[in-house]
Amino acid sequence: MHEYSIVSALLARVEAEARAHGALRVHRIRVQIGELSGVEKELLESAYELARERTLCEEAELEIVAVEARWACRSCECEVPKGAVLRCPICDRPATLAEGDEIILERVEMEVPDV
Amino acid sequence: MCETCGCGDPDLVPIEVHEAILSENERGARHNREHFTEQRVLVVNLMGSPGSGKTAILEATAGALAGKRRLSAMSGDLATDNDANRLEAAGIPSRSITTGSACHLDAKLVHEGLHDLPWRQTDFLFIENVGNLVCPAVYDLGQAVNVVALSVTEGEDKPLKYPVMFRKADLVLLTKVDLLPHLPQVDVAVIEDGLARTMPEPAIIQVSAINGEGIDRWIEWLEGKRVAALSEAPTEERAEA
Ligand SMILES: Nc1nc2c(ncn2[C@@H]2O[C@H](COP(=O)(O)OP(=O)(O)OP(=O)(O)O)[C@@H](O)[C@H]2O)c(=O)[nH]1
Ligand SMILES: [Mg+2]
Ligand SMILES: [Zn+2]
Ligand SMILES: [Zn+2]
Ligand SMILES: [Zn+2]
Repeated sequence: MHEYSIVSALLARVEAEARAHGALRVHRIRVQIGELSGVEKELLESAYELARERTLCEEAELEIVAVEARWACRSCECEVPKGAVLRCPICDRPATLAEGDEIILERVEMEVPDV
Repeated sequence: MCETCGCGDPDLVPIEVHEAILSENERGARHNREHFTEQRVLVVNLMGSPGSGKTAILEATAGALAGKRRLSAMSGDLATDNDANRLEAAGIPSRSITTGSACHLDAKLVHEGLHDLPWRQTDFLFIENVGNLVCPAVYDLGQAVNVVALSVTEGEDKPLKYPVMFRKADLVLLTKVDLLPHLPQVDVAVIEDGLARTMPEPAIIQVSAINGEGIDRWIEWLEGKRVAALSEAPTEERAEA
C-alpha cells in the first residue's frame, strides 16, 4: 500500500503551498492519476481519509481525475491500441506511453483571509 | 468566489501546481544517479514477486562473475536480514534495508543504504527490491536498469495483470526454467505474448539458478548495459554530488 506514502507526500506539498499563501484551510485538491501509474483510486481515497485528519486539508475534497493509458508510435505518432502488441504496425518501431502514468498534483483551492 | 462548487465563499484562491506528487523521490533518485554515474557503477533495480528467485539469481551471478567483476548488493526486506546474509555467503558485500511495513524501496532508503556499503569500489550494485509486483515500479531509485524476475510457476497471465511493473522493465528474467519439464501446462509463448503487450521493447532471458541455464546470456546483457552506460556518462567532473 504505497498509496499512504503518496498521500503523505501530497499532504506535505499542499500544506507547504497553503502556508506560503497564508491559507486558513484547504477547500479542494485536484490530482491526476494515470491508469498505468501504479496508484489505485480507491486505495488513494481511503489513505486520504485517514491521513487528512488534523491537517489543513481536514475538510478538503480530493478530486481524482483519471487519465487513460494511451500508447503511440515514437516516429509517426499514430495510436497503438491498448492491449495490442506495443509496436507500430506501420514503422515497426516500439510504442511509447503518451499518457497514463501521471501522479500529479494539479490544483489546490484554499481559503485565504482578506488582506 | 469559488467557481467550482458555487459555495459563495469570497476568499477561495485557486493555485495551479502541476507538479509530480513524488517530486521529492524524483529529486532523491536524480541525486543517487549522479553518485552512480560519477563512480561508474552500473546499478540494477531487481524487482519481482515474493519468491520469484531474485536472491537466487544474484547468488548465481556472484558465482559467474567471481574474480572478474566487483559486486555489491542491497536488499529490501520487510522483516529479516536473510537475503543480505545469503548474498554475503555467496561473496557479495551486502546490506539489508529493513522496510518494516513499506512495500517498496525509495530513493532516500537507497541513499542511506549506500553509507555503509563499499559500493564505490565496484562495477555493479544490485538492489534487490521488496518482493512485490506493484509498488516498487512506482519509485525511481536512481538505477540504470530495471530487471524483473518472473518465475515460470507464477502464471502466464502475470504480464497482463501487472502492466505497470512490466512497462518499466528493461529486461525480464524468466526464472526457474529448469522446472518447465514438470509443468506441461505452462506455455512460454503465452508469457512472451503478454510481455509484448505490456513492455514496449520486450527483452526476455530464460534462466535457471539451479542448473545455470541462461546465466551467461544474463551476464552478457549486464556487461552490454555497463558498456552503454559508461559511454553515455559525461566525462567532465560534476560540481555537486
Ligand atoms: N527449481 C528452481 N528453484 C529456484 C530457482 N531459483 C530460486 N528457486 C527457489 O525459489 C525459492 C525462492 O527463491 P529466492 O531466491 O529466495 O526468491 P526471492 O525472489 O529472492 O524471494 P523474496 O526475496 O523472499 O521475495 C527458493 O526455494 C529457491 O530455492 C531456480 O532457478 N530453479
Ligand atoms: Mg530475496
Ligand atoms: Zn504499495
Ligand atoms: Zn509509426
Ligand atoms: Zn548523496
